[in-house]
Amino acid sequence: MTRVRVLIRPKEGILDPQGQAVEGALPALGFEGVRNVHVGRLIELDVEDASQVPEMCERLLANPLIEDYEVQEAAA
Amino acid sequence: MRFGIVRFPGSCDEVDALLACRRFGDARLLWHKDRDLAEIDAVVVPGGFSYGDYLRAGAIARFSPVMETVLEFARAGGPVLGICNGFQVLCEAGMLPGALLPNRSLRFVSRQVDVVVENPDTPFTRACEKGDRLSLPVKHTTGRYYAPGIRAEQVVLRYAPGQNPNGAQDDIAGVCNRDGNVVGVMPHPEHAVDPMTGSSDGGRLFESLATAVARGRAGVGILPVG
Repeated sequence: MTRVRVLIRPKEGILDPQGQAVEGALPALGFEGVRNVHVGRLIELDVEDASQVPEMCERLLANPLIEDYEVQEAAA
Repeated sequence: MRFGIVRFPGSCDEVDALLACRRFGDARLLWHKDRDLAEIDAVVVPGGFSYGDYLRAGAIARFSPVMETVLEFARAGGPVLGICNGFQVLCEAGMLPGALLPNRSLRFVSRQVDVVVENPDTPFTRACEKGDRLSLPVKHTTGRYYAPGIRAEQVVLRYAPGQNPNGAQDDIAGVCNRDGNVVGVMPHPEHAVDPMTGSSDGGRLFESLATAVARGRAGVGILPVG
């Protein structure tokens, strides 16, 4: 089995109010100089055939109209 | 005229939809494992939280057995109305264009809004005229409609000026597919069929369909899918 991580984030250009809320909250804690915060999802899965993961993303794990995804294979 | 109302695990508006439909015709519930749409003239995919809204609202429900049958029904021209979570399910299933994103406010909104009928030529809006205003409740967290490149004639309902509750693109509150037989709306017509609750405007969507089917002009889809 291969350990795979799928990172899913809002597509660039789509309003991300969650990211904006986090970006707005950080200066209140004294963290200045933070820009372009985006909130997404992490999906971890063990798969026999990692080459199938992009299709899993296209058909279920992400909605390609509104989300970008990135597949990372964990080092063996 | 018989409506079929889908019930998923996590649906919560299916009984109101059933009662709303029964004001204008026969109606029965369709369990999510059903594949039998015999004698059903129109399908309503109701609101709620199907399959817990896990992953994304509507993402899992689209794979339920009943949705495969609803897809065939729609492909044959059968009229299908998705309300709120049902709208999300139809978008995820690719039966309607676009997607629904979290509200701009990040908050659950529950309020009465006015919507304007933009396209009265769908099976669900034929009892309306273009420009009619309907008072309907909205109640959702994920209602910000987004559909780059949607055609103007596919916009069925728009929030009245200044009343967009969620940041939806171009104030869009309801859309249809290119053939016009599949309609999705974010507001809840099934909660607005009795003047006792403040508005009966929602009844006009169900009335549209009942009238159209009775006259045999609901489109090619009034025959049950075998």
